[in-house]
Formats: sequence, C-alpha cells, structure tokens
Amino acid sequence: MPQFRMTGRGLWITVLIVPPLAFVALFIVYPIISAFAYAFFDWQGLKRLDFVGLENFHTVLFVEPYRSWTINAFKNNIIVFFALMVLQNGLGFILAYALWRELPGARFHRIAVFLPVVLSTIIVAYLFKLFYHPLFGVVNVTLKNIGLDWLAQPWLGQSSTALGSIIVAQAWHMVGFPTLVFLAGMQRIPSEILDAVRMETESEWVKITKVVWPLVAPSATIVFTLLFVGAFNWFELPYIMGGLDGSPFGSTDVLGLYFYRTAFGNVSSGQQDFGLGSALAVLIFIFIAVIAAVITTRLRAREIQL
Amino acid sequence: MKKTVLRAGALLGAVLVAAPVMAQDLTFWSWRQEDRAAYEQFIETFEAANPGITVTFETFEATNYNTILSTALAGGTGPDVMMVRAYGGLENVAVAGYLEELTTDSVPALADFAAPALAAESVRADNKLYAVPFASQTQLVIYNTALFEANGLDEPQTWDELVAAAQTLKDAGVIPFANGTATAWQNETVTFGLGSSLMGKAFYDELMAGTADFTDERFTSALASVNELAQEYFPDGFIGLDYPSAQQLFSSGMAGMFVGGSYELATFKAQNPDIELGVFPAPGRAAEDDKLVGLYFDGGYAVNAASPNKEAAITFVNYLASQEFGQAFANTLNNISTIPGVTFDNPLLAEVNELNQSSIPYLMLAHFRYGEPSGSVLIQAEMQKLFAGETTPEAIGEALTTGLAAWYEPFKD
Repeated sequence: MPQFRMTGRGLWITVLIVPPLAFVALFIVYPIISAFAYAFFDWQGLKRLDFVGLENFHTVLFVEPYRSWTINAFKNNIIVFFALMVLQNGLGFILAYALWRELPGARFHRIAVFLPVVLSTIIVAYLFKLFYHPLFGVVNVTLKNIGLDWLAQPWLGQSSTALGSIIVAQAWHMVGFPTLVFLAGMQRIPSEILDAVRMETESEWVKITKVVWPLVAPSATIVFTLLFVGAFNWFELPYIMGGLDGSPFGSTDVLGLYFYRTAFGNVSSGQQDFGLGSALAVLIFIFIAVIAAVITTRLRAREIQL
Repeated sequence: MKKTVLRAGALLGAVLVAAPVMAQDLTFWSWRQEDRAAYEQFIETFEAANPGITVTFETFEATNYNTILSTALAGGTGPDVMMVRAYGGLENVAVAGYLEELTTDSVPALADFAAPALAAESVRADNKLYAVPFASQTQLVIYNTALFEANGLDEPQTWDELVAAAQTLKDAGVIPFANGTATAWQNETVTFGLGSSLMGKAFYDELMAGTADFTDERFTSALASVNELAQEYFPDGFIGLDYPSAQQLFSSGMAGMFVGGSYELATFKAQNPDIELGVFPAPGRAAEDDKLVGLYFDGGYAVNAASPNKEAAITFVNYLASQEFGQAFANTLNNISTIPGVTFDNPLLAEVNELNQSSIPYLMLAHFRYGEPSGSVLIQAEMQKLFAGETTPEAIGEALTTGLAAWYEPFKD
C-alpha cells in the first residue's frame, strides 16, 4: 500500500478537496438529513416536541384536509410536467431543428429564442401578469380589438385557465434552454451520416424520425430529466402569479407552494408546522430522486454511441 | 508575560462588567419597511429621554416576517424587542416560549387598554399577554367623495341604497367598486367588509356562544348578497384582477368605492395625493340595522424572553405603550393607535375611530386562525368559487362548518 504523506501531491489533493467537501456536507448533506429527522417529530411552531414516528407522513397522505391538498397539488404538478413536455421540450426540438437547418433569419432567431431564459423569473412573472390583466392586459385588449370579445377572459382568475396561463409563461421563459441543448446535439451529428441520408431520401420526416431524433438522444435525456425535476420543484412563477394559496381555490397550487405554506405558514393561516412540512419535503425528495433515476437509466439505455 | 495576561484579563473583565451600564443596544425588528423613517423618529425621541439605551430598527419582508422571526428566535439570534402579529400568528411565536410575558407590573399603561386589543395579543390557553398592541384596522367601504358629489350620492343607509348608488355610478360610466378577487386574501376582506352588517351582531354572538354555525341563514344570505353585488358592480373580470391593480383602479379615480381596510387610506393618499376620501360602514338590510365594521388588531410590540438587555427592552416597550408615543404614531403613520386617550388630527381617522365603536371582530382572523384548515383559507377559496359560479352560499356554510370542525371544538358534534 502506498503511503499517503501530507507532502507534495497528497497535500495538494487534500487542500483542494476538503473545502468543497465541507461545503457540500454543511450546506447540502446536513440540511437533507436534518429535514429527514424533523419529519419524525411533532412541532409546535418552531418548538420540537415528541418523536412521533411516521405520524406526519400519515397525516399529509391520509388525513383531511391535508390529503386532498396533497392530491390536488400533486395532480397539478403532473399536469405541469406533461404540458411543459409538449410546450417547452417539444417546441424546443422543433425550434432547434429549424435553427439547425439554417432557415432564413436563423442567426437572429438563435439569439432571440434564448434571450428570455436570461431574464429573471420575477420579471417574466410580472410581465405575464400584466399581459393577462383582465382590463388592460395585452391579451384581452388584442382579443377585443380583433372582434373576439367572447375570448377575453380573467385568465388568472378562473380555475379553467389559471394554471394553463402560468404554464404558457413558463414555456415562453424557458423554451430557449431545450432548444439550445437540442441544437448542440444536432450540430454534433457527423456530416457523413447526413450525406448518406441525403442519398436515400428527400423526406424531412424520415430524416427527423430515423436519424436526427435517435442521434440527439443524449440531449433528450438531459432536458427530460431536468424538466421533470423542474416541474416537481416548480415554485417561483405560481408563487408570483397565483399567490401562496394557489389562487383561485387551489387551481394553481403545486407541491412547492404547498410545502412552503405548511412548513412556514402564510398570513391567512398563521399556522406553521415543521413536522408536516418536512414530511412533505422528504416525500417530494424521494419521489423526484426515484423517478429521475428511472428516467435517466431508461433514456440512457436508448442512447447510441457513435 | 504573566503580568500582561493578568492585565488583559482584568481589563476584559472590567469592560464586561461595565458594558451593560455604559450602553445598552437594543435591536428592534419590524415588517413595516414603509414606516422606517417614522420609527427612527420615535426612537430618537426615546433615546433622548433615556440616555444609555440605543435602539436599532431593522425591517424584514412582511409576508415572510413570521418565518424569519421564528427562525431567528429558535436559533438564539432574535431581536430584543420585536413586532409580532396578533391572534394565531402571535400564538405561533409565543407558545414556543420565546416571548416575555407582559403584566401591568412591568408595563403599567396596559391597565387602560381595551379588552379586545389585549385579547389579540394574548395566548388563549393561559390568557397571558405577550405584546403591547399597536394598531387596529377596520374593514369598511372607502369612497371617492368627488365622484359621489358629482353623481349626487350620499353615504347609503341600507343595502338597497348601496346597490342604487352603485347603479348610479355604473350609469355614469364609473366603475362602482374597484375590488378584484384574484389575490386570495382580498376575498375575505370583501366578504366581511361588505357583509358584517348583513350578518349582524346577533349572529356573531350566537356563533361565539356555540348556538349557531356558518350554515346559519343570516351568514349565507349575506354571502349571497355580497356575490350579487360583486357580479353586477365589480370591474369586468374582477375574479382575475389582483390586489395592486384594484388599488390603482380606485386611487386613479376610475372607481367610486373600494371595500377594504382602514390601512388603505394612507396608501390611496400616497398613490394619488389629490384624491378626497370618505368612509362608511357597509349598511344592513334596513336603515335601523346596526351598521357594523369589521375590527381587528394588527400586531404588537413584544420582548424577547432571552434578551440580555431585558430591563432596557421593558423600558422601551413602556415607551411604546405611552400616550406620547400613541399620539406620535397616530399623527405620523395615520394609523388607529390602540393606546387609550389618543386623538386624531386626520378627520378620516377620527371617523374610523368613531365607527369602531359599533363593530364586530373581523371574524376569521380573530377566531378561526388557530388550526388547520383556518377559517380564512376556507372562506377565501370558497368565495373565489362562489364568484366563479362554482358553489352556492349554502354549500359554503356547510364547507366552513365541516372544515373547521377538524379543530374547532363547538363545531365538532
């Protein structure tokens, strides 16, 4: 066994590794473990009372009103995930393909598509809140001006449109990210393969489905997994556009908001419950970790090594 | 060497002993960022009268204030003196044992405070008081006097007159009410700002006595009337209109009335210094019905039980309970001070203070925010459903009663 001496190389490695390890341990590992621990206790405000085992988990999953709140928020997260899969990743793929094919104005659009990603979420949220304003918002004013009065809605105020309106804002904000990742993937496809395809077929459809899509599989793995994690950790946009209560009546409530309300309370309820909040956080964490792992291994398996 | 250590030790010891005598630095936390200048003025007055005590005023974001405060107190880094919320928001912090109990021994001025004000800052279980209440807020109707005069309107004495006034404004092309309900808590404000007189004092008393619940006809019919009024006289698409937009509709003079708290008066004046405001309590069905406003207390000043400068902190809180402070508070911040004997320069505040004599507590905040689901969360969501046409007043009464039965004893059977 080589002796590890605190000189030269060994010292260097230690000096370089210890600070980041300590950082991760202190700010990531420790909070996660303590959240796990909090979930097993009864709390009164921020005062820790007795050990209660799995009681908190039972409450958030099976006891009313928490049960229906949990189900409602979880259901909304699933809607958000699938809607964004289409609107953000699907559109991102199409945009990337158009940019890759160098349609007219591609240089301009390459920047334009990515620009919203750079904007702060807060700005995007307020911008879209103004767009959706029932009286003066661009959306309703435009609809009224072109004679489609009946389509003008209080977008963020009714349960049928509120969540969809926020999803559109999110898709507009982030569509540049999958576009960029897909575009990078497409640009890595060797030109010999593309030349060979050109000999076989003129059809864009065949080219996309048989060649491009399989070859950008690594990009797809990345954007699908990130979207999954993002959709189930969604917080900022619904918080600003719908409020902490998921207004109107829970139709924009997602797990992130629900966790925050439960653990930290809000002005309207005045109740804080760290135990229930931590139990929720642990459940969300486990759910995301497990599913993300499954998605990643599944998608990895279909990637082709060139 | 030894000598140096000894000297250093002696010096350090002297400093440690003398420090509290020399100067006591108090930290004072608040969520009222907008009142910073005023509070610094109050603190200057206090420091001038109490040499040796200095106070540093620190503010935090209002919606997360309770979280920040409880986290700091739990971690032992809390302030010496702090603003705390009232009712359920106070209990959260107080039951964990972070706050010093206040008595008429430590703060003699408390003896003269009104009982509902003290109740708002006490914990229900043991009736112990933990903070000096600082302001009351009143839910009522605020109106634009210029628009009322231009349309020949007076303050309505009955619900029908209120509807008629709204119709007159609508006919004149003015939005009758500026309110929107996209922001959840505004639903509660609208409900009790408009509905308190319709529900009536008898309903409130019976509810508190446990002989009535929310399925009571007086409550549900009030919700129905509020909903009819909103559908007809709130702005187009009001269910998608958020709170800041609603405020701006009113302060810009586009709307005649705003159902809201007395705290809006200062905001409207700040947004539009030229606007002339009036207030009236939303009326009951008949002219002889009591005209009731919804009254609640905002918060209080509390002392950290673990403060190393407790004596100085108590001295400061005594100042915050004094009539001198109350008067300055009312004059500078345009708020209704809870301190007895304070007079109001501002005629509107004087009127609100007058209206407070005929009031019922702002119901959900004062009595139903002590468990999950809270009455506020329920009524906000249910009213949003009602405004969207997805429920009925009777179903709301049912939902509130069964929902609150999860923790509210009188509803349990």
